[in-house]
Amino acid sequence: MSATARHVLFAVFGPVLLGFLCWGVCGLSPFGQFHGAYGELLNHVAVQERHVLNVVTSVIFDYRGFDTLGEEFILFASVTGVVLLMRHEQSEQEDACEPHSIQQHDTGVLDPAASDLTRLFTLGFIGAVLMFGCYIVLTGHLSVGGGFQGGVILFGAWVLVLLAYGSGVFHRCANPSALEWAEALGGGGYVVVGCVGLLTGQEFLTNVLPLGHTGQLLSSGTILLINCAVGTEVAAGFVLLLVEFSRPLQKESPGQ
Amino acid sequence: MTYLPYCIAAWLFVVGLYGIVTSRHFVHLIICLSVVQSSTYLLLLSIGFRSLPAQAPIFSDVPPGSPAVDPIVHALTLTDIVVGATVTALLLALTLNIKRKRGSVDPAVLSPFPE
Repeated sequence: MSATARHVLFAVFGPVLLGFLCWGVCGLSPFGQFHGAYGELLNHVAVQERHVLNVVTSVIFDYRGFDTLGEEFILFASVTGVVLLMRHEQSEQEDACEPHSIQQHDTGVLDPAASDLTRLFTLGFIGAVLMFGCYIVLTGHLSVGGGFQGGVILFGAWVLVLLAYGSGVFHRCANPSALEWAEALGGGGYVVVGCVGLLTGQEFLTNVLPLGHTGQLLSSGTILLINCAVGTEVAAGFVLLLVEFSRPLQKESPGQ
Repeated sequence: MTYLPYCIAAWLFVVGLYGIVTSRHFVHLIICLSVVQSSTYLLLLSIGFRSLPAQAPIFSDVPPGSPAVDPIVHALTLTDIVVGATVTALLLALTLNIKRKRGSVDPAVLSPFPE
């Protein structure tokens, strides 16, 4: 189909679709007026039932925990897909190039000319980001936070390493096989926690552990464990993505 | 005005679709796909919104049972954002692959129906 035909088709049917969507959403309850029974109920019972203060966390990791397991497998599968694609590409590239030409360009284009001052300040910042990430992962059941958000913040520490110290140091800090183990443990840990429920004769992902006192760090039963598993998986998966995406640049660009 | 946030979500969806239809570059196309996806976040979150005095469904500062917004849509959006980021990464890796295999990232050039 030619570009013009595509544009004409969109000019006709785009507004039609927009009108149709607007007509559709106007059938919803007015903004701010929706009172979903399920949400209302959870807001009332979740704190007593699961000893969590953040109801969103209880929904993600307990009431709809099975749903989140599926989402986590999507994450796992796409990280695996990226790693497979990029490594396949990498091996093809290495076959094509002479070995010594790779050696020559090993310093890479991602190595910035960061000043010592930048590196010093970033070093302090990396520690703070790691601490903050762990805090967010571990307090998902108490306040704003959780494994998904905390995992991404932990990933930020590796981004800082890459930006301030360059790809050489970054690749030494991010050992792919250790990251793969961490990701697999995160993904598998979720399933193992779910299976504990099965062992006690109840449904998969039942919150069987002692719930503790509401508001304390060691409370909410399996939610805390699943939070840690998800945080590990998200952080390891994202760092693995960064490792794979920062490697080809390192060798391809100087040759061009 | 009561339907404005929903209509903005619909508008975001169509704008993203416009970007996909007119795209000349796969990276641009993937970003447009993220715009389409973000319309679903906006729709979900605005459905769950409740006017004051409702607050975030986190009861560490307010007593349990006080009015709060719908936690279900928040949970759906939260997981979707992180998963969406990794799926974007997968699409970008595919784009790199296509660039190496076919030497182009223009959807028109790679079309199964060449002009």
